[in-house]
Amino acid sequence: MSLNVSDLRIARGGLPVLEGISFQLPPGQALILRGPNGIGKTTLLRTIAGLQPPLGGSISGGEDQIAYAAHSDGLKFALTVSENLRFWASVFGQRSITPALKAFNLTKLQDRPAGALSAGQKRRLGLSRMMVTGRPIWVMDEPTVSLDQDSVSLFANAVREHLAAGGSALIATHIDLGLEATVLDVGPYKAAPLEFDDFDGGFL
Amino acid sequence: MRDLRLAVRAGGGFGLGLAFFLIVTVMVPFSVGPESDLLARIAPGVLWLGALLSCLLSLDRLLALDWEDGSLDLLATAPLPLEAVVSIKALAHWITTGLPLVLAAPVLGVLLNLPLEGFKWVVISLLLGTPALSVIGTFGAALTVGLKRGGLLLSLLVMPLYVPTLIFGAEAARRGAMGMQVETPLLMLAGISAGVIALMPFASASVLRINLR
Repeated sequence: MSLNVSDLRIARGGLPVLEGISFQLPPGQALILRGPNGIGKTTLLRTIAGLQPPLGGSISGGEDQIAYAAHSDGLKFALTVSENLRFWASVFGQRSITPALKAFNLTKLQDRPAGALSAGQKRRLGLSRMMVTGRPIWVMDEPTVSLDQDSVSLFANAVREHLAAGGSALIATHIDLGLEATVLDVGPYKAAPLEFDDFDGGFL
Repeated sequence: MRDLRLAVRAGGGFGLGLAFFLIVTVMVPFSVGPESDLLARIAPGVLWLGALLSCLLSLDRLLALDWEDGSLDLLATAPLPLEAVVSIKALAHWITTGLPLVLAAPVLGVLLNLPLEGFKWVVISLLLGTPALSVIGTFGAALTVGLKRGGLLLSLLVMPLYVPTLIFGAEAARRGAMGMQVETPLLMLAGISAGVIALMPFASASVLRINLR
Protein backbone atom coordinates (compact mmCIF):
# COMPACT_ATOMS: atom_id res chain seq x y z
CA MET A 1 0.00 0.00 0.00
CA SER A 2 1.50 3.31 -0.96
CA LEU A 3 1.43 6.47 1.05
CA ASN A 4 -0.15 9.40 -0.78
CA VAL A 5 0.27 12.94 0.37
CA SER A 6 -1.38 15.67 -1.63
CA ASP A 7 -1.29 19.42 -1.24
CA LEU A 8 -0.51 19.09 2.45
CA ARG A 9 -0.45 22.21 4.59
CA ILE A 10 0.91 21.87 8.08
CA ALA A 11 1.25 24.10 11.09
CA ARG A 12 3.24 24.19 14.26
CA GLY A 13 1.76 25.99 17.23
CA GLY A 14 -0.97 27.43 15.00
CA LEU A 15 1.45 28.99 12.49
CA PRO A 16 1.64 27.41 9.04
CA VAL A 17 5.16 26.19 8.28
CA LEU A 18 4.93 24.21 5.06
CA GLU A 19 2.31 24.14 2.31
CA GLY A 20 1.63 22.52 -1.00
CA ILE A 21 3.54 19.34 -0.27
CA SER A 22 2.63 16.41 -2.50
CA PHE A 23 4.36 13.10 -2.93
CA GLN A 24 3.73 9.44 -3.34
CA LEU A 25 5.64 6.71 -1.59
CA PRO A 26 5.04 3.31 -3.18
CA PRO A 27 6.18 0.06 -1.52
CA GLY A 28 9.86 -0.74 -1.92
CA GLN A 29 10.95 2.88 -2.13
CA ALA A 30 12.50 5.38 0.18
CA LEU A 31 12.02 9.13 0.28
CA ILE A 32 14.59 11.37 1.89
CA LEU A 33 13.44 14.71 3.25
CA ARG A 34 15.94 17.52 3.24
CA GLY A 35 15.78 21.12 4.25
CA PRO A 36 17.40 23.59 6.62
CA ASN A 37 16.87 23.38 10.39
CA GLY A 38 13.54 24.71 11.53
CA ILE A 39 11.87 24.41 8.15
CA GLY A 40 9.28 21.95 9.49
CA LYS A 41 10.57 18.48 8.69
CA THR A 42 9.70 17.17 12.13
CA THR A 43 6.27 18.77 11.98
CA LEU A 44 5.70 17.17 8.58
CA LEU A 45 6.69 13.73 9.87
CA ARG A 46 4.54 14.11 13.01
CA THR A 47 1.59 15.08 10.85
CA ILE A 48 2.11 12.09 8.58
CA ALA A 49 2.46 9.81 11.62
CA GLY A 50 -0.94 11.09 12.76
CA LEU A 51 0.19 12.87 15.90
CA GLN A 52 -1.28 16.15 14.76
CA PRO A 53 -3.93 17.11 12.23
CA PRO A 54 -2.93 18.89 9.00
CA LEU A 55 -4.25 22.37 8.20
CA GLY A 56 -5.23 21.26 4.74
CA GLY A 57 -4.63 18.67 2.09
CA SER A 58 -4.80 14.94 2.58
CA ILE A 59 -2.75 11.97 3.64
CA SER A 60 -3.95 8.54 2.67
CA GLY A 61 -2.71 4.99 2.90
CA GLY A 62 -0.94 5.59 6.20
CA GLU A 63 -3.58 4.40 8.64
CA ASP A 64 -2.08 1.81 10.99
CA GLN A 65 0.75 1.26 8.51
CA ILE A 66 3.26 3.69 9.95
CA ALA A 67 6.01 3.09 12.45
CA TYR A 68 7.32 6.41 13.69
CA ALA A 69 10.74 7.12 15.17
CA ALA A 70 11.16 10.51 16.76
CA HIS A 71 14.23 12.38 17.98
CA SER A 72 14.01 10.61 21.31
CA ASP A 73 14.10 6.86 21.44
CA GLY A 74 11.43 6.12 24.03
CA LEU A 75 13.68 3.86 26.08
CA LYS A 76 13.13 2.92 29.70
CA PHE A 77 16.52 3.16 31.34
CA ALA A 78 15.63 0.75 34.14
CA LEU A 79 14.86 -2.06 31.69
CA THR A 80 17.41 -4.04 29.73
CA VAL A 81 17.88 -3.79 26.00
CA SER A 82 15.89 -6.92 25.27
CA GLU A 83 13.11 -5.97 27.72
CA ASN A 84 12.75 -2.62 26.01
CA LEU A 85 12.46 -4.25 22.62
CA ARG A 86 10.17 -6.99 23.84
CA PHE A 87 7.82 -4.37 25.28
CA TRP A 88 7.48 -2.63 21.93
CA ALA A 89 7.19 -5.94 20.14
CA SER A 90 4.27 -6.91 22.36
CA VAL A 91 2.59 -3.51 21.95
CA PHE A 92 2.68 -4.06 18.20
CA GLY A 93 1.68 -7.71 18.58
CA GLN A 94 4.94 -9.15 17.23
CA ARG A 95 6.90 -12.04 18.67
CA SER A 96 10.56 -12.24 17.81
CA ILE A 97 13.14 -9.60 18.63
CA THR A 98 16.24 -11.56 17.57
CA PRO A 99 16.41 -10.27 13.97
CA ALA A 100 16.21 -6.71 15.24
CA LEU A 101 18.96 -7.29 17.80
CA LYS A 102 21.12 -8.89 15.13
CA ALA A 103 20.58 -6.24 12.50
CA PHE A 104 21.74 -3.50 14.83
CA ASN A 105 24.54 -5.49 16.46
CA LEU A 106 22.90 -5.42 19.88
CA THR A 107 22.97 -9.13 20.68
CA LYS A 108 25.93 -8.79 23.03
CA LEU A 109 24.31 -5.89 24.82
CA GLN A 110 20.86 -7.41 25.27
CA ASP A 111 21.11 -7.88 29.05
CA ARG A 112 22.57 -4.42 29.68
CA PRO A 113 20.20 -1.85 31.21
CA ALA A 114 19.33 0.73 28.58
CA GLY A 115 20.51 3.47 30.92
CA ALA A 116 24.06 2.11 30.75
CA LEU A 117 24.30 2.37 26.97
CA SER A 118 26.21 5.04 25.10
CA ALA A 119 24.30 7.60 23.03
CA GLY A 120 25.00 5.74 19.80
CA GLN A 121 23.99 2.40 21.29
CA LYS A 122 20.74 3.92 22.56
CA ARG A 123 20.06 5.26 19.10
CA ARG A 124 20.69 1.81 17.62
CA LEU A 125 18.24 0.33 20.11
CA GLY A 126 15.70 3.01 19.24
CA LEU A 127 16.08 2.23 15.55
CA SER A 128 15.88 -1.51 16.04
CA ARG A 129 12.43 -0.83 17.48
CA MET A 130 11.27 -0.11 13.93
CA MET A 131 11.99 -3.71 13.01
CA VAL A 132 9.80 -5.16 15.76
CA THR A 133 6.79 -3.06 14.80
CA GLY A 134 6.15 -5.11 11.69
CA ARG A 135 4.71 -2.05 10.00
CA PRO A 136 5.41 -1.41 6.30
CA ILE A 137 6.00 2.36 6.35
CA TRP A 138 8.91 3.63 8.42
CA VAL A 139 8.78 7.33 9.21
CA MET A 140 12.05 8.43 10.75
CA ASP A 141 13.22 11.75 12.04
CA GLU A 142 17.00 12.22 11.79
CA PRO A 143 17.75 8.55 12.53
CA THR A 144 21.52 8.87 12.21
CA VAL A 145 22.12 11.37 15.00
CA SER A 146 25.03 10.20 17.21
CA LEU A 147 25.66 7.10 15.09
CA ASP A 148 29.20 6.29 13.93
CA GLN A 149 30.12 5.31 10.37
CA ASP A 150 29.64 1.57 10.95
CA SER A 151 26.30 2.02 12.65
CA VAL A 152 25.09 4.24 9.84
CA SER A 153 25.85 1.48 7.38
CA LEU A 154 24.12 -1.05 9.68
CA PHE A 155 21.12 1.23 9.61
CA ALA A 156 21.30 1.69 5.84
CA ASN A 157 21.40 -2.10 5.45
CA ALA A 158 18.37 -2.51 7.66
CA VAL A 159 16.46 0.05 5.60
CA ARG A 160 17.58 -1.64 2.37
CA GLU A 161 16.33 -5.01 3.60
CA HIS A 162 13.08 -3.43 4.70
CA LEU A 163 12.62 -1.92 1.24
CA ALA A 164 13.49 -5.23 -0.43
CA ALA A 165 10.78 -6.88 1.67
CA GLY A 166 8.21 -4.50 0.21
CA GLY A 167 8.28 -1.82 2.88
CA SER A 168 8.88 1.84 2.38
CA ALA A 169 10.66 4.54 4.34
CA LEU A 170 10.32 8.28 4.79
CA ILE A 171 13.47 9.67 6.34
CA ALA A 172 14.45 13.18 7.32
CA THR A 173 18.21 13.39 7.38
CA HIS A 174 21.13 15.65 6.55
CA ILE A 175 23.70 13.00 5.68
CA ASP A 176 24.04 10.69 2.72
CA LEU A 177 22.87 7.22 3.66
CA GLY A 178 23.98 5.64 0.40
CA LEU A 179 20.42 4.57 -0.32
CA GLU A 180 18.81 4.57 -3.74
CA ALA A 181 16.15 7.05 -2.78
CA THR A 182 14.22 9.96 -4.09
CA VAL A 183 15.12 13.22 -2.40
CA LEU A 184 12.53 15.84 -1.54
CA ASP A 185 13.81 19.23 -0.50
CA VAL A 186 11.07 20.86 1.55
CA GLY A 187 12.75 24.28 1.49
CA PRO A 188 10.71 25.67 -1.45
CA TYR A 189 7.44 24.71 0.26
CA LYS A 190 7.89 27.18 3.09
CA ALA A 191 4.51 28.62 3.93
CA ALA A 192 3.83 32.28 3.37
CA PRO A 193 3.61 34.22 6.62
CA LEU A 194 0.11 34.65 7.97
CA GLU A 195 -1.71 37.64 6.64
CA PHE A 196 -3.58 39.44 9.32
CA ASP A 197 -6.59 40.19 7.21
CA ASP A 198 -8.87 39.94 10.21
CA PHE A 199 -6.63 42.26 12.15
CA ASP A 200 -8.60 44.48 14.42
CA GLY A 201 -7.25 48.01 14.31
CA GLY A 202 -9.30 48.81 17.36
CA PHE A 203 -6.73 47.12 19.54
CA LEU A 204 -4.04 49.60 18.58
CA MET B 1 -0.66 -4.94 28.87
CA ARG B 2 3.09 -4.86 29.34
CA ASP B 3 2.73 -1.22 30.14
CA LEU B 4 1.74 -2.27 33.64
CA ARG B 5 4.91 -4.22 34.25
CA LEU B 6 6.93 -1.48 32.71
CA ALA B 7 5.34 1.15 34.91
CA VAL B 8 5.85 -0.97 37.98
CA ARG B 9 9.48 -1.70 37.26
CA ALA B 10 10.56 1.54 35.69
CA GLY B 11 8.57 3.73 38.04
CA GLY B 12 10.30 2.61 41.17
CA GLY B 13 8.90 5.58 43.04
CA PHE B 14 6.07 3.91 44.86
CA GLY B 15 7.95 3.92 48.12
CA LEU B 16 7.56 7.68 48.13
CA GLY B 17 3.79 7.76 48.52
CA LEU B 18 3.89 5.10 51.18
CA ALA B 19 6.62 6.89 53.12
CA PHE B 20 4.65 10.13 52.95
CA PHE B 21 1.53 8.36 54.23
CA LEU B 22 3.55 6.93 57.10
CA ILE B 23 5.00 10.32 57.98
CA VAL B 24 1.62 12.06 57.98
CA THR B 25 -0.03 9.51 60.22
CA VAL B 26 2.92 9.25 62.58
CA MET B 27 3.15 13.03 62.94
CA VAL B 28 -0.54 13.67 63.55
CA PRO B 29 -0.55 12.29 67.15
CA PHE B 30 2.45 14.49 67.93
CA SER B 31 0.81 17.62 66.61
CA VAL B 32 -2.66 16.97 68.05
CA GLY B 33 -1.47 15.88 71.47
CA PRO B 34 -1.87 12.72 73.53
CA GLU B 35 -5.66 12.68 73.75
CA SER B 36 -6.70 9.23 72.65
CA ASP B 37 -10.40 10.15 72.47
CA LEU B 38 -9.75 12.99 70.07
CA LEU B 39 -7.38 10.86 68.00
CA ALA B 40 -9.89 8.05 67.75
CA ARG B 41 -12.45 10.55 66.47
CA ILE B 42 -10.26 12.06 63.76
CA ALA B 43 -8.43 8.84 62.81
CA PRO B 44 -10.58 7.89 59.77
CA GLY B 45 -10.37 11.39 58.36
CA VAL B 46 -6.63 11.61 58.87
CA LEU B 47 -6.09 8.24 57.22
CA TRP B 48 -8.16 9.32 54.23
CA LEU B 49 -6.46 12.67 53.91
CA GLY B 50 -3.04 11.05 54.19
CA ALA B 51 -3.89 8.52 51.51
CA LEU B 52 -5.21 11.24 49.20
CA LEU B 53 -2.14 13.42 49.59
CA SER B 54 0.27 10.56 49.04
CA CYS B 55 -1.68 9.67 45.92
CA LEU B 56 -1.30 13.25 44.71
CA LEU B 57 2.42 13.19 45.37
CA SER B 58 3.14 10.51 42.79
CA LEU B 59 0.86 11.81 40.05
CA ASP B 60 3.20 14.10 38.17
CA ARG B 61 5.53 11.19 37.43
CA LEU B 62 2.68 9.24 35.93
CA LEU B 63 2.90 10.47 32.35
CA ALA B 64 5.73 13.01 32.55
CA LEU B 65 8.43 10.32 32.42
CA ASP B 66 6.97 8.83 29.26
CA TRP B 67 6.68 12.29 27.77
CA GLU B 68 10.31 13.09 28.46
CA ASP B 69 11.80 9.97 26.94
CA GLY B 70 9.49 10.14 23.94
CA SER B 71 7.65 6.89 24.52
CA LEU B 72 4.33 8.72 24.77
CA ASP B 73 4.64 9.80 21.12
CA LEU B 74 5.49 6.28 20.15
CA LEU B 75 2.63 4.81 22.17
CA ALA B 76 0.26 7.24 20.48
CA THR B 77 1.25 5.89 17.06
CA ALA B 78 1.07 2.27 18.26
CA PRO B 79 -1.97 0.08 17.54
CA LEU B 80 -3.06 0.42 21.16
CA PRO B 81 -5.77 3.08 21.55
CA LEU B 82 -4.78 5.90 23.88
CA GLU B 83 -7.82 5.15 26.02
CA ALA B 84 -6.30 1.76 26.80
CA VAL B 85 -2.90 3.31 27.45
CA VAL B 86 -4.25 5.77 30.03
CA SER B 87 -6.43 3.11 31.66
CA ILE B 88 -3.44 0.84 32.08
CA LYS B 89 -1.39 3.76 33.35
CA ALA B 90 -4.09 4.46 35.95
CA LEU B 91 -4.23 0.79 36.89
CA ALA B 92 -0.47 0.67 37.28
CA HIS B 93 -0.60 3.80 39.41
CA TRP B 94 -3.27 2.25 41.59
CA ILE B 95 -1.32 -0.96 42.05
CA THR B 96 1.90 0.85 42.89
CA THR B 97 0.36 3.60 45.02
CA GLY B 98 -3.29 2.96 45.95
CA LEU B 99 -3.01 -0.68 46.93
CA PRO B 100 0.01 -0.27 49.25
CA LEU B 101 -1.85 2.60 50.95
CA VAL B 102 -4.90 0.42 51.51
CA LEU B 103 -2.73 -2.31 52.99
CA ALA B 104 -0.80 0.11 55.18
CA ALA B 105 -3.90 1.88 56.50
CA PRO B 106 -4.87 -0.68 59.20
CA VAL B 107 -1.31 -0.77 60.53
CA LEU B 108 -1.17 3.00 60.73
CA GLY B 109 -4.67 3.03 62.20
CA VAL B 110 -3.18 1.56 65.37
CA LEU B 111 -0.99 4.64 65.75
CA LEU B 112 -4.07 6.84 65.61
CA ASN B 113 -6.03 4.80 68.13
CA LEU B 114 -8.61 3.92 65.51
CA PRO B 115 -11.57 2.12 67.14
CA LEU B 116 -11.61 -1.61 66.50
CA GLU B 117 -14.77 -1.64 64.40
CA GLY B 118 -13.30 1.12 62.24
CA PHE B 119 -10.49 -0.93 60.71
CA LYS B 120 -12.75 -2.86 58.41
CA TRP B 121 -14.52 0.23 57.12
CA VAL B 122 -11.37 2.26 56.60
CA VAL B 123 -9.92 -0.51 54.46
CA ILE B 124 -13.15 -1.04 52.53
CA SER B 125 -13.67 2.66 51.87
CA LEU B 126 -10.07 3.12 50.77
CA LEU B 127 -10.31 0.07 48.55
CA LEU B 128 -13.39 1.55 46.88
CA GLY B 129 -12.10 5.10 46.73
CA THR B 130 -8.43 4.90 45.73
CA PRO B 131 -9.14 3.65 42.18
CA ALA B 132 -11.09 6.86 41.62
CA LEU B 133 -8.13 8.85 42.91
CA SER B 134 -5.80 7.12 40.44
CA VAL B 135 -8.11 7.56 37.47
CA ILE B 136 -8.85 11.23 38.18
CA GLY B 137 -5.15 11.75 38.80
CA THR B 138 -4.33 10.28 35.40
CA PHE B 139 -6.68 12.81 33.85
CA GLY B 140 -4.84 15.60 35.66
CA ALA B 141 -1.50 14.19 34.56
CA ALA B 142 -2.72 14.04 30.95
CA LEU B 143 -3.83 17.68 31.17
CA THR B 144 -0.49 18.91 32.42
CA VAL B 145 1.85 16.61 30.51
CA GLY B 146 4.54 18.54 28.69
CA LEU B 147 4.33 21.52 31.01
CA LYS B 148 7.51 22.35 32.83
CA ARG B 149 6.86 22.22 36.57
CA GLY B 150 3.37 20.95 35.86
CA GLY B 151 3.16 19.42 39.32
CA LEU B 152 1.78 22.53 40.98
CA LEU B 153 -0.88 23.07 38.33
CA LEU B 154 -1.69 19.38 38.48
CA SER B 155 -2.36 19.49 42.22
CA LEU B 156 -4.56 22.57 41.85
CA LEU B 157 -6.54 21.02 39.01
CA VAL B 158 -6.99 17.66 40.64
CA MET B 159 -7.83 18.87 44.17
CA PRO B 160 -11.43 19.93 43.48
CA LEU B 161 -12.03 16.71 41.57
CA TYR B 162 -10.84 14.75 44.58
CA VAL B 163 -13.22 16.45 47.00
CA PRO B 164 -16.31 14.24 46.44
CA THR B 165 -14.27 11.07 46.79
CA LEU B 166 -12.71 12.38 49.99
CA ILE B 167 -16.05 13.46 51.47
CA PHE B 168 -17.81 10.17 50.91
CA GLY B 169 -14.77 8.02 51.62
CA ALA B 170 -13.94 9.71 54.91
CA GLU B 171 -17.62 9.83 55.87
CA ALA B 172 -18.01 6.08 55.30
CA ALA B 173 -14.87 5.39 57.34
CA ARG B 174 -16.00 7.76 60.12
CA ARG B 175 -19.47 6.27 60.37
CA GLY B 176 -17.97 2.79 60.37
CA ALA B 177 -15.62 3.69 63.19
CA MET B 178 -18.52 5.17 65.20
CA GLY B 179 -20.57 2.06 64.65
CA MET B 180 -23.19 3.87 62.57
CA GLN B 181 -24.78 2.83 59.33
CA VAL B 182 -22.33 3.16 56.42
CA GLU B 183 -24.41 2.12 53.45
CA THR B 184 -25.20 5.51 51.93
CA PRO B 185 -21.73 7.06 51.77
CA LEU B 186 -20.23 3.73 50.74
CA LEU B 187 -22.67 3.41 47.85
CA MET B 188 -22.00 6.99 46.79
CA LEU B 189 -18.27 6.30 46.92
CA ALA B 190 -18.60 3.15 44.85
CA GLY B 191 -20.77 5.08 42.40
CA ILE B 192 -18.15 7.80 42.01
CA SER B 193 -15.42 5.22 41.43
CA ALA B 194 -17.44 3.26 38.90
CA GLY B 195 -18.49 6.35 36.97
CA VAL B 196 -15.02 7.82 36.95
CA ILE B 197 -13.38 4.57 35.83
CA ALA B 198 -15.87 4.28 33.00
CA LEU B 199 -15.69 7.85 31.72
CA MET B 200 -12.37 9.40 32.68
CA PRO B 201 -10.12 7.37 30.31
CA PHE B 202 -11.90 8.93 27.34
CA ALA B 203 -11.38 12.42 28.71
CA SER B 204 -7.74 11.65 29.53
CA ALA B 205 -7.05 10.20 26.09
CA SER B 206 -8.56 13.18 24.30
CA VAL B 207 -6.65 15.78 26.30
CA LEU B 208 -3.53 13.72 25.78
CA ARG B 209 -4.12 13.76 22.03
CA ILE B 210 -4.40 17.54 22.12
CA ASN B 211 -1.31 17.83 24.28
CA LEU B 212 0.78 15.72 21.91
CA ARG B 213 0.20 18.00 18.93
